Amino acid sequence: MKQEFIITVYSENHIGLLNRITINFTRRKINIESLTVSASAIQGISKFTIVVNETEDRVKKVVSQLEKVVDVLKAFYHTNEEMVYQELALYKVQTESLYESDQIEQLVRKSGARILEITREFTVIEKTGHKTETQKMFDDLSQFGVLQFIRSGRIAITRDPIERLSEFLKERDALLESMD
Amino acid sequence: MATKRVTGSQAVILSLLEEGVDTIFGYPGGAIMPIYDALYDFDKQITHILTRHEQGAVHAAEGYAKVTGKAGVCFATSGPGATNLITGIADAQIDSIPLVCITGQVASPLLGTDAFQESDVVGISMPVTKWNYQVTNIEEIPEAIAKAFYIAQSGRPGPVLLDIAKDAQVQELDFEYKKCTKIRSYISEHPVDPFKVKEAADLINEAKKPLLLFGQGVIIANAEDELKTFIEKTGIPAAWTLLGLSALPSDHPLNVGMLGMHGNYGPNIKTNEADLIIAVGMRFDDRVTGKVSAYATNAKIIHLEVDPAEINKIVKVDVGVLGSAKKSLPMLTLNVKENKHEAWLQEFRDCDKIEQEKVIQKDTFPTKEGLTMGEAVRMVSEKVNNNAVLVTDVGQQQMIASRYFKFTQSKSNVTSGGLGTMGYGIPAAMGAQLGAKDRTVCCFVGDGGFQMTLQELGTIVQNKLPVKIILLNNNFLGMVRQWQQLFFDRRYSFTELQNPDFIMITNGFGMPAHKVSKREDLEAGVQKMMEHDGPYLLEVVCEKEDNVFPMVPAGASVSDIILEA
Repeated sequence: MKQEFIITVYSENHIGLLNRITINFTRRKINIESLTVSASAIQGISKFTIVVNETEDRVKKVVSQLEKVVDVLKAFYHTNEEMVYQELALYKVQTESLYESDQIEQLVRKSGARILEITREFTVIEKTGHKTETQKMFDDLSQFGVLQFIRSGRIAITRDPIERLSEFLKERDALLESMD
Repeated sequence: MATKRVTGSQAVILSLLEEGVDTIFGYPGGAIMPIYDALYDFDKQITHILTRHEQGAVHAAEGYAKVTGKAGVCFATSGPGATNLITGIADAQIDSIPLVCITGQVASPLLGTDAFQESDVVGISMPVTKWNYQVTNIEEIPEAIAKAFYIAQSGRPGPVLLDIAKDAQVQELDFEYKKCTKIRSYISEHPVDPFKVKEAADLINEAKKPLLLFGQGVIIANAEDELKTFIEKTGIPAAWTLLGLSALPSDHPLNVGMLGMHGNYGPNIKTNEADLIIAVGMRFDDRVTGKVSAYATNAKIIHLEVDPAEINKIVKVDVGVLGSAKKSLPMLTLNVKENKHEAWLQEFRDCDKIEQEKVIQKDTFPTKEGLTMGEAVRMVSEKVNNNAVLVTDVGQQQMIASRYFKFTQSKSNVTSGGLGTMGYGIPAAMGAQLGAKDRTVCCFVGDGGFQMTLQELGTIVQNKLPVKIILLNNNFLGMVRQWQQLFFDRRYSFTELQNPDFIMITNGFGMPAHKVSKREDLEAGVQKMMEHDGPYLLEVVCEKEDNVFPMVPAGASVSDIILEA
């Protein structure tokens, strides 16, 4: 059964690695629903957070292929339930629509969104949350006309008490030493 | 180590020498000219083979790597030179062949400007390389080459590509070389888990009908002796994949033959009767398994494998033993009881008898008028005392040669397995000959594949490589024709060839050649080829519509193997 999985890839910070990672999905015709790349807590190590809608078996196989990539240190996969995750959305509306009624103000208050910038012409609203929440905000704002809308890729951290990457790096160093 | 002021191009050559490179296959061009200029001063240490096409260079490098176990090295220029390497790189990737391909690239300020002969080689080769890297900074050259060799040759080997910008080739640096022995993000070979070995040994000790399947992993790991010791202690019959061929001598009493689509009857049919499968260094390719859901249906499965991603990829295993077969096999041997499986082995011999009668006899000692590929292969194998390097192209001759050529030593089989690259044979044979100078190299090729890369006859002659080419000519793309006959109602859609005069063409390259079309001339023809000092082509005109049997039809179970149409 297909479901949403969050794949986390830790790698060296090298040029072209994003391509090397995504071709593993392309080749298997797996669509990437969301992708975020950023520096991890450990210097020099990049972290990819990839959301896919797939069966666990296929996800498991693609993760083991990702781990084969020479510059990849480790790849994990999790279900949504196993992680705390968040996305960020920005909405641009006409400032005029805020004058007309207090509905937008109510929406912002109720959903815990905030206003980033107000100019004479437009207002930028920011909301963090799961996709369903940021989507609902979009739907609610649509009646006032949304000039622009953008949603970030997902970021996620595990519910584990330990930092898996530092554990892994310790084990890896020991293994490399034993190879001498 | 003392440093020395050199150009980037000299650094490339010095680095290759540090890695023990003695042979390079390549083709010069604009963006790699500085490297070729540096190479000019090293003709005593390095043999450069100028092929007639970059595809020839890369397949030759594959052939060289296969017989030596060392990385094959090739050079090509940017743009078309580099893209012409891609087929061979993809071939090496799927067959785990160590290659270091070095391509020239336009100068770094021109990258991304559609400069003359610029192509995104790193991007193009990414899906088919184990690792690749573009060097734009001269200081990176020694380290990048060290990394390239380490990655190409360690663990599960594979092709790597270094794309070196022209400006980096001409700048200067203080050269210092340090071999790469580890990379933090890459574990070439995981240590063998003794608990997994114990679990595997328990299954082996209990099994009544165990069958061992070995692949190229045994050859890559140099674990041929370890394999032999294991099967001799346990008495377990051993069958091979196409790429595992030659790891175990053909006449070994426990060698029960080839697996897969055109493999032997016994190992295919017995796969579904075995109660235990021990897979060593093989990857359950679909040509081996047939229909996966109907594969090894009564067996528990043990998988000894160096690549973690291969375990549970195609078939679910009961015990996966990660690590090199060189290390895991001896550990397993220590933990298993001595055994004999005489009755089980007899079942294989009974299958052999059936196959002998229905297929092998007719193939190798035919009585019909036309010559068969099988008799030509048998004849050549006998003339070389079953001790030559076999190089095959792809198609019917490949399957027939793999079935009937006999082997006494390992690293003697050079073929394109996973990718099935027609045109592989001739260039791979010249690479194999350079890697195994003292051995006889016999290359079987069909009339289709021969015409894909026959320009390399020129390279063979120029370098006086004494390869023996046996052209099995049936005037058809034979394997496709066979499928058309069996599965497409004999609709021979674009498989018949109007061929040139192969003897005249070969002679045109300055190579002697001879054609036989009658049975009574075959032996003398083969004899003459073998006695000739130097390269030689023997064209054997074969029956036009012969088929390769046995056959597991595509999508069928290995149990449904057919012996005749």
